[in-house]
Amino acid sequence: MSQQSTVEPTEKAPAPSFKERLASVDWRRYIIYIAFVVVFVLFAIMLGNEGFLSRNNLLNIFRQTATITVIAVGMTFVISCAEIDLSVGSIAGLSSVVSAMTIANYGLVPGIIAGLAVGALVGATNGALVSLLGIPSFLVTLGMLGIAFGIAQWITDSAPQPILDDTFNTIFGGGDIGPVPGLLIWMALAVTVGAVVLARTKFGRQVLATGGNRMASEFTGVNTKRIKFSVLLISGTMASLAGMLYAGRLQSGRFQWGSGDELSAIAAVILGGTSLFGGSGTIIGTLVGALLIGLINNGLILAGLESSQQQVIRGVIIILAVALARKK
Amino acid sequence: MIAVQTPEGSTEDARPVVQMHGINKSFYGVPVLRDVDLEIRRGEVHALAGGNGAGKSTLMKILQGVYSKDSGEIFIEGEPVQLNTIQDARAAGIGMVFQEFSLIPSLTVAQNIYLTVEPKGRFGLIGDREARRRAARVFADMDVVVDCAALVGSLSTAYWQLTEIAKALAQDARVLIMDEPTASLARHEVAALFTLIGRLKARGISIIYISHRMDEVYRIADRITILRDGKRLMTEPLSSVTPEQIVEGIVGRQVHGALEYRERDASTGGEVLLEAVDLHSGQRVNGISFELRAGEIIGLAGLMGSGRTELARCLFGIDRPDSGEIRVRGKAVDVSNPRAAIQAGLALIPEDRREQGLVLDHSVRDNILLPLLDQTTQGPLLDLGAGKRLAKKLIDRFEVKVTDPDKPVRSLSGGNQQKVVIAKWLGTEPEVLIMDEPTAGVDIGTKSEIVAIIRRLADSGRGVIVISSEYPELLAVSDRVLVMRDGTVAQELRRTDIPDEETLQLAVLGV
Repeated sequence: MSQQSTVEPTEKAPAPSFKERLASVDWRRYIIYIAFVVVFVLFAIMLGNEGFLSRNNLLNIFRQTATITVIAVGMTFVISCAEIDLSVGSIAGLSSVVSAMTIANYGLVPGIIAGLAVGALVGATNGALVSLLGIPSFLVTLGMLGIAFGIAQWITDSAPQPILDDTFNTIFGGGDIGPVPGLLIWMALAVTVGAVVLARTKFGRQVLATGGNRMASEFTGVNTKRIKFSVLLISGTMASLAGMLYAGRLQSGRFQWGSGDELSAIAAVILGGTSLFGGSGTIIGTLVGALLIGLINNGLILAGLESSQQQVIRGVIIILAVALARKK
Repeated sequence: MIAVQTPEGSTEDARPVVQMHGINKSFYGVPVLRDVDLEIRRGEVHALAGGNGAGKSTLMKILQGVYSKDSGEIFIEGEPVQLNTIQDARAAGIGMVFQEFSLIPSLTVAQNIYLTVEPKGRFGLIGDREARRRAARVFADMDVVVDCAALVGSLSTAYWQLTEIAKALAQDARVLIMDEPTASLARHEVAALFTLIGRLKARGISIIYISHRMDEVYRIADRITILRDGKRLMTEPLSSVTPEQIVEGIVGRQVHGALEYRERDASTGGEVLLEAVDLHSGQRVNGISFELRAGEIIGLAGLMGSGRTELARCLFGIDRPDSGEIRVRGKAVDVSNPRAAIQAGLALIPEDRREQGLVLDHSVRDNILLPLLDQTTQGPLLDLGAGKRLAKKLIDRFEVKVTDPDKPVRSLSGGNQQKVVIAKWLGTEPEVLIMDEPTAGVDIGTKSEIVAIIRRLADSGRGVIVISSEYPELLAVSDRVLVMRDGTVAQELRRTDIPDEETLQLAVLGV
């Protein structure tokens, strides 16, 4: 008995074998990538004859996903900071019409600047109301959703604003660079810059910290008000870029462009593994999330489903993916 | 000398209410509990002690049905039971008084007590009036007065705890688990709690008492079980073990005078680092002036609400001073926010490490690097390699026990979490470090390590302000003690003028 009271040396746990390591891999984190591959393979088998695998169709998936992805990149910053931005869809619409009207009156460059500026302005307003007045972003941006949509409809009298400037239409979405659609380049640019900023800069780290624990971050010297302001500013600006991509692709500005995109963008972000409660987020995940949604849309159209049926299946897949990815 | 077997037959009515036998539990292949036995007798206060990570909370969570055991048996009143859910445990008479209270502030005391087991009123609806009547009866049995119709959120933490206890008793708990129950209580409230525990004992209710505070354990516990590294080290009546044996058992090594004051000569004549001049802020800081010299450690003593924490917040720019001046090295600084305070060379280890000190879901490394991002950037980008090296250096320097710095800080024990907070702040090389309750909820081994860190800092010429409600620790480190009362410095004592704890206690109480 007496030896029991002596101090036992604490043995070190043996290094885990490869098998154990494999078992300890948290595959739930990668569910979105798995889901993407599974859905892709499924469609490739079932819809191969429908032209799913044709180059043109695959590029179409990217084209149709580009605007959502651009919005979702901004949204990833907002959500991983534990905020939300519901106004992005309306900002896209407002930017498209402001840009179109300015081009018609003042030319290309002022039009581009005006389009981006209007998004930045709305985003800054959102940010100021959230960070300075402390109003929850859900409410601020819900209000802004209506305001931006209303203004866009008002200043255009609900009429589409055609864009006759070919340069604009080529830059923002219409044109191809070699075999690569311009939209794809915008998308890659947004994703690359977004991913680097979120994962590899001081600002990105502070966004995640603020989302993870605002008070601890503030105590640590992070200017959390500025961070909140910035993410909403970024989100507004990205939304306005998306609006101009709509305008360029469809050669007109229209208040309806982007309407409802906030929900698709939020879905893409959450599917991509960003925590709805803030603190963690990945832009690459968001890209795959957006692509998965685009893939599903495309496949269901090729399969000849009615849009009502598409909505049901899309909803089921989204819930399924999030359910599988959730932590135990 | 220290027997593993429980001594038999010390009291007549020693029938075990709870027997846990040969409990094993692993997480991800890492054993946390190994063949642990625990036996609780009727009407005893059984202290459960052990360092952070010894397995106390895991063992208790198994008893509460939160975790399932890998192997082993549990008997309640001699009957084997399966405790797979919290409901099972509750039905078996296990009640828990949570450390972080499990009450809903927007409901009344009575509504909280009968949450999910609401008494039925007319038409099968919830009978709030009946709930209040029954709750009042429970409190009457406890011999305390609590307004059952009051919203919990409007009451002080002492009442929260009473409500927690009443909640367990209302569900016929025979065993109450109390985890650090005195952590958030004032001194007279502690006395009231102990009286209550005595009354519960007399009613035959057993109490498992988890505490790091040795004096409390000796005051109220009958027996003690010590866990170390997931194994039971001993179960003994307290009358037959000395405090030294307990501490040694918890820590696993001899601690000689870790918490004893050591004469330090750096305490006088240094340059004045920090100076507060007639500081006013809000309700709780009413005209405070003091100087902190290089190499000096000042202790702030006082009751809850005496303004200690508020002074720290004010110095660190979390609350703005209404008037008065803060000077660093003789120069007035405007610490209007924590960033300005950090710039001026200050750092604050906040009172609540989980809420204010850490981003719990982020990794140990990310937490440590958060205030140090400027040191690990190259151009606009973070230099991940440099970050890794810096974090590793700090982890080693402050002996944070962590297998993988990429693990979330949530997975560490309380003591290690606190070391992460300390590492993070000392990485900024502050000249003045303010520590608010740096050893709260930290095991005794880590406590002595933190005390050593504080001394080392002061020896290296920095100034330290330590706020603590634990007098032994305050007396161990402070060169000077400022006794605070009603937002003012009521008394300033040199350490050499404080012969013992009692003197300090009397000073704090203003007797």
